[in-house]
Amino acid sequence: MDALYAALIAPFADYAFMLRALIGTIALSISAAPIGVLLVARRMSLVGDTMSHAILPGVAIGFLIFGFSVTALTAAGFLAGLLVALGAGFASRVTPLKEDAAFASLYLISLSAGVLILSVNGTNIDLLHILFGTVLSLNNTALVLTGLVATATILAFALFYRPILAESFDPGFLRPFGWSSPAYAVFVVLLAINLVGAFHALGTLMAVGLLILPASTARFFADTFDGQVLWAALTASAATLVGLLVSFHFDAPAGPAIILSAGLLHIAAILFGPRDGQIQRLFSHHHLQG
Amino acid sequence: MSASVELRDLTLGYRRHPAVHHVSGQFAPGSLTAIVGPNGAGKTTLLRGIAGTLKPLDGEIVRHHCRRGDIAYLPQQADLDRSFPISVGDTIAMGLWRRTGLFGAFGRDCRERLATALSAVGLEGFAPRPIATLSGGQLQRVLFARLLVQDASLILLDEPFAAIDAKTQSDLIGVIRRWHGDGRTIIAVLHDLETVRAHFPQALLLAREAIAWGPTAEALAPAHLLSARRMSERWVDDAPACERVA
Repeated sequence: MDALYAALIAPFADYAFMLRALIGTIALSISAAPIGVLLVARRMSLVGDTMSHAILPGVAIGFLIFGFSVTALTAAGFLAGLLVALGAGFASRVTPLKEDAAFASLYLISLSAGVLILSVNGTNIDLLHILFGTVLSLNNTALVLTGLVATATILAFALFYRPILAESFDPGFLRPFGWSSPAYAVFVVLLAINLVGAFHALGTLMAVGLLILPASTARFFADTFDGQVLWAALTASAATLVGLLVSFHFDAPAGPAIILSAGLLHIAAILFGPRDGQIQRLFSHHHLQG
Repeated sequence: MSASVELRDLTLGYRRHPAVHHVSGQFAPGSLTAIVGPNGAGKTTLLRGIAGTLKPLDGEIVRHHCRRGDIAYLPQQADLDRSFPISVGDTIAMGLWRRTGLFGAFGRDCRERLATALSAVGLEGFAPRPIATLSGGQLQRVLFARLLVQDASLILLDEPFAAIDAKTQSDLIGVIRRWHGDGRTIIAVLHDLETVRAHFPQALLLAREAIAWGPTAEALAPAHLLSARRMSERWVDDAPACERVA
């Protein structure tokens, strides 16, 4: 019993930084769930990926001007994310490029610009912090910010649930009512704030992992939107808990440990998931009557 | 008063190339019209224009007794992602947007409408099922149920019977005839001429231009069908500007 306590509870009970990390990442896990499920359902995973890299040059420029200020980095990252979302939409509409090519190009441009700006003007430590996050040293401002992002996301989803879901499934349907573009805009803004919320903890390279991996995992447990959101939130929270404990006991970097846990859960779901899992297919039960 | 749609020397298209060329005429109030024509004739383009999602290159579309939100549109099934995680009930509930809007409660009235629509298309008890589990015919029934709850005065159907079996088709034709009986104005893009002759009083034979428009038997006369078939599918990159004036 004591060993179990020491392994699972004590790290969070005895060390404030571990508790702060847990609170922050669980808040992110919950708010990322509906966004991630929609990203996957809309086949927009690559878009999420691109936006999270797009944050990097914004953050880098913010860092140059204001130093390591949480508020400034967040605002700069948010602006850069939105700019790239608009830019990619523009590029895929007015140029003959397909959307995935437009986004992949922007992703490469953003990543290289961000890394260049940071390496020339900062130290390697700064670069590592921004790329991989500092989940074990979230300060009060970062924690409050994460809470605000989670609260805003859940409130916005409660308010705009109908148009966002309708627009994702059948974009043309709400157009005559004038709700198609606003619903899409709300969705993109929510995506951007969740990515900047996650970047303090997980870095611009890993932030999107908490959106995509749990949502892809949820697909093996539920086939309605509500069910998938619930499963995505649960798997993301489990992954952050496991990742933080692994990082604590084995002295591993926390951000990658969290995302790797989410990745292992995803592979487990592919194998053992009750809906279309590979193992379940091997033991084919006798078919039903109707 | 039923909705009606008037086309005044209408040209619709993409990047200045016309897909529907100088069409004039009227879908009368309460009429039931089939739009027929070869592939590439501009049928879907015309529906998009009437729905208001495509702006005319030239001419105009005038809708009488029908605001923009009062149009129900059935998209081609290929336009929808059938693996999307949404339930039958939520799909149909989209049609209640005009009633509930953003914040309106989804009350007993809405639930009753949803249940009535489900039983009208023969899918009682299907509300909680994800659409991924439906057959093509069942999904088409669900989309018809969404049109039913929309309660619109102008109904636009894009190939409602593509890849649908005979039983489903005859059930859905029953739904269309009931709408016709209510005095709603219905415009449907169809390919099967037998179905059109049997169930649609009016027909518009389209081959970019309107070849014939009127009572179905006259519009689909052999001579008209032959000239529609002659329409070649062309896209001339350096086509000169059209000289025809309104």
